[in-house]
Amino acid sequence: MLNLNNIEVVYDNVILVLKGCSIEVPEGRITTVLGANGAGKTTTLKAISGLLKPERGAVTRGSIDLDGERIDLFEAHDIVKKGIVQVFEGRRVFVNLSADENLIAGGHIQSSAVMKQRKELVYGYFPRIAERRHVQAGYLSGGEQQMLAIGRALMSDPKIVLLDEPSLGLAPMIIEEIFGIISKLNKEQGVTVLLVEQNAALALAIADHGYVMENGAIVMDGPASELGENADIKEFYLGISEHGEKRSYRNVKHYRRRKRWLN
Amino acid sequence: MEDFNWGFFLELLVSGVLIGLMYSLIALGFVLIYKSTDAINFAQGEFVMIAGIIVGASAASYGLPLWLAISLSVAFMVLFNVGLERTVLRPMIGRPIVAIIMATIGLAALLRGAGPFFFGAETRPLNLPIDDAPIIIGDHFIYLNPIHLLGAAAAVIFLLGFGWFFLKSRKGVAMRAVADSHQVSMAMGINVQRYFALAWVMAGVVAALGGVIWGSLLGVDTQLAIIGLKVFPVVILGGLDSIVGVIVGGIIVGVVENLAAGYLDPMVGGGTKDFTPYVLMILMLMFKPYGLFGKPIIERI
Repeated sequence: MLNLNNIEVVYDNVILVLKGCSIEVPEGRITTVLGANGAGKTTTLKAISGLLKPERGAVTRGSIDLDGERIDLFEAHDIVKKGIVQVFEGRRVFVNLSADENLIAGGHIQSSAVMKQRKELVYGYFPRIAERRHVQAGYLSGGEQQMLAIGRALMSDPKIVLLDEPSLGLAPMIIEEIFGIISKLNKEQGVTVLLVEQNAALALAIADHGYVMENGAIVMDGPASELGENADIKEFYLGISEHGEKRSYRNVKHYRRRKRWLN
Repeated sequence: MEDFNWGFFLELLVSGVLIGLMYSLIALGFVLIYKSTDAINFAQGEFVMIAGIIVGASAASYGLPLWLAISLSVAFMVLFNVGLERTVLRPMIGRPIVAIIMATIGLAALLRGAGPFFFGAETRPLNLPIDDAPIIIGDHFIYLNPIHLLGAAAAVIFLLGFGWFFLKSRKGVAMRAVADSHQVSMAMGINVQRYFALAWVMAGVVAALGGVIWGSLLGVDTQLAIIGLKVFPVVILGGLDSIVGVIVGGIIVGVVENLAAGYLDPMVGGGTKDFTPYVLMILMLMFKPYGLFGKPIIERI
């Protein structure tokens, strides 16, 4: 189980991005964090995977624990060895390497024997990548790149995969395919997933538990099915108002309600 | 008009190829660093010089056997480059590329001073234990310098070795991944800083070898650093990040230089050898800025 205990993240010693954020990621489940642009979702993931330092950010308060062990002071490559791996927003495959080499780079921490096994597993889940394994990754389609990015992360045999907006910029059909595979990986391989999404409907459909993040803090959380029914979530994240009408910005009421969250 | 002298042409061509391969060796150090760390190292020529001076000084002035002198020089370059990476280059990660360029230019100046400061400024011979009588091939009487042959052979071995390393070995793939994106590599569990250090170490070893070979040809003093300038036409022609490019670029530069020296110099009175590679370089930049084998930036639209 991964625990974020009231963490605070500061960039450049002054910019406070996360203001006391607590998230629990239970083993074998899909947990999702919803939120608008700039809410601090990506920063949360980077804090977990130890990638704040190159961007001159740091966890200044609180702690991140993996099965009771504190990991927020670890280097990024040690966190991968602990079994947490991040899939970046916008895919970020190694464009100059072939798809196969991308997987080899992803399995960097593995022995050759395990590497072979993992490759077979990844190619099994993503037959499309298997077909195009010798193509330079920069020339793959967006959907294929996203699959490759997820497959590459799986190479390290992770316990927990952090997924940052896997739906970004992809066609709805491809998104559905990718989310189907994520859900399958979770069920068949027991991979724990922390999913960050702007597309709330999609995320809540496959997640077990959801958090809503605004302005660097968690403002609400609950089982995914309950969140999906929540009036505020419906209105702000799913775009459906209470009476099923189209939302109007003339309606002042929802601003007031939003204020209540921010207190 | 008299008959075209094919023997002369062939001799220029062959020795041009050999010299070109020796340029490739120097340029390889530059490419190794650029490929994995994105840093442009203006001090590669000075690395070669300092490595050559160490061999020359310890062999000629202190009387060490050659193999010991060479090992000493390789060991020094490895340690020096590890230290350099740790103290100077690591804190620069993520800074603008110009900052790193300036740092290496400063380093070059420092090394150019440090060489004579510690070992004296005299030119020393560096004698490899091979016969330097020219090898004569065929009825066209092609004269080949054995040091050229040895240098070219060493260069080819190293180039093939590194080519294999980058394409086939896991560490090589990881190194290319690091070159592609530092951040993503980190997230894949790759210890990026260790690979940076490895790249500098490899460049140091290559520089030491280059210092021995070029030093045995020209003698060792600070002038040896000028070889470093030849790196630029080689890598621009071949592509900044390609090992095949380094080989081809080196050969082109070597051959063009030699042909210019053979045919143009008698006409204009000399000196064309020194600038023709740079003319080629400028032409290449105008028409194919990534070089013959460089990777263009892939952009999805």
